Amino acid sequence: MCAKQVKKAEKEVQTTGHSWDGIEEYDNPMPRWWVWVFYACIVWGIGYSIAYPAWPLIHGATQGLLGPTLRTEVVAEIARFDEANAPIKAKLNAADLASIPGNDELKTYAISAGASVFKNNCAQCHGSGAAGVQGKGYPNLLDNDWLWGGDMEAIHTTIAHGIRNTTDGDARYSQMPSFGKDGILEKAQIDDVVEHVLQISGQDHDAAMAEAGATVFAENCAACHGDAGMGNRDFGAPNLTDAIWLYGGDRKTLVQTVTYSRFGVMPAWNVRLSEDEIRSVATYVHSLGGGE
Amino acid sequence: MSIFKKHKIIETNASLLLVLSFIVVTIGGIVEIAPLFYIQNTIEKVEGVRPYTPLELAGRDIYIREGCYVCHSQMIRPMRDEVERYGHYSLAAESMYDHPFQWGSKRTGPDLARVGGRYSDAWHVDHLSNPQAVVPESVMPKYAFLSNAEIDGRYIEDIMKVHRMVGVPYTTEMLDAAVADFKAQADPEADTAGLEERYKKVNIANFDGNPALTEMDALISYLQVLGTMVDFSTFIPDPKR
Repeated sequence: MCAKQVKKAEKEVQTTGHSWDGIEEYDNPMPRWWVWVFYACIVWGIGYSIAYPAWPLIHGATQGLLGPTLRTEVVAEIARFDEANAPIKAKLNAADLASIPGNDELKTYAISAGASVFKNNCAQCHGSGAAGVQGKGYPNLLDNDWLWGGDMEAIHTTIAHGIRNTTDGDARYSQMPSFGKDGILEKAQIDDVVEHVLQISGQDHDAAMAEAGATVFAENCAACHGDAGMGNRDFGAPNLTDAIWLYGGDRKTLVQTVTYSRFGVMPAWNVRLSEDEIRSVATYVHSLGGGE
Repeated sequence: MSIFKKHKIIETNASLLLVLSFIVVTIGGIVEIAPLFYIQNTIEKVEGVRPYTPLELAGRDIYIREGCYVCHSQMIRPMRDEVERYGHYSLAAESMYDHPFQWGSKRTGPDLARVGGRYSDAWHVDHLSNPQAVVPESVMPKYAFLSNAEIDGRYIEDIMKVHRMVGVPYTTEMLDAAVADFKAQADPEADTAGLEERYKKVNIANFDGNPALTEMDALISYLQVLGTMVDFSTFIPDPKR
């Protein structure tokens, strides 16, 4: 390439006329194609600034002749997808909640739509596989142990209104007293009742203390957790007799739970998700294994 | 084409080139920058956006100090995938009291522009203390030390004064009550009537669940207000923006 240029230069191209230490510079013109692309870009730029919003003025900016802005485009794009799904969404919203898992057409749509809603909104607490977080109070949604109920209706209510949040008046609500912190029970009584819980959940326990703890349990805990400790879904009170624990079923954790209580909060999703999305994700959760 | 030949006069006269370049850059600068001074028309009017409370402002400073913006943006762009995932696209008005704004462009973690109210306070404590405990696939570092750093709002009034200097409408009343508001927001037992009057829809809670007022409280109070100020059920966007 160099050799070619030099050869050409020798024939017709002049130098710039400057000489530095005997080095001279050819005054080659810019390649024609480059110059024309440059001019074309200028023309394109003028056209673009007319077609699209460009020039800032005193009270706003030029709007552009083509019209669409990012705002109108995103609305149109979302509307396009909504329209495509509108018939099935209408059916889903009109259907009786309990009948959705039995309806193949709705179920197929709801489970795949619900899975993506779940991954985006629920997985951060309940885990991407919906197994919850053991010992942190984020319930496992794969098993058939439900705090507030596991049929479609109950799952739908829980998702729509959440649990113990302050933003939704219809949120599920209950509050376990802080038996130790608020001085409702003595330290010894707490130890006793914990032994009783260890007993009814089939773990190693001190029989004498558990005996005393049974009375404490009947007087303080049975109202929500039931006489036999089987829990009560009206209060979201967990079953204490199974091996499934929200915060842990060992002695130390139980003492902590009874002393300071627990107060798991779930946000209300009806402000972020549409009715069809809530129904979809409820169907998805219902389908994971524990749906009633 | 003779006009193009005249270009040689500019090219061979360094002073003239300098003067003319300066004029071109000045015109470009005025066209781009001057309209920003007419802030009223640059930022669309939106109901609900209020200045940060003292505690939220402290949380915001912790957010900046810890470099959260390095991995998290706060800007939902007007595209379907973003709107479906994060919520309504961000409006300029929503960050008009941010100095500096936290829009960002690097998303190692998710966008946080509308993270407020999305998770419980307890989740934020669990997650900030040990992100992998709740989201095993996360690469976020642990910030458990925030729970040990007690704060008392000693300098918050000064910080608010600086924000007022750059245009945040903190009233003298807000400045006077700064330290009291700072402490009251993290204490549901406190008298919060004044705080609620000064700052619309303020979240009052013991954010970290512990009696001490810590940086964890401040940061969570900030995260829980992000993107929640505007009521989008009543917001009608101007399509020309």
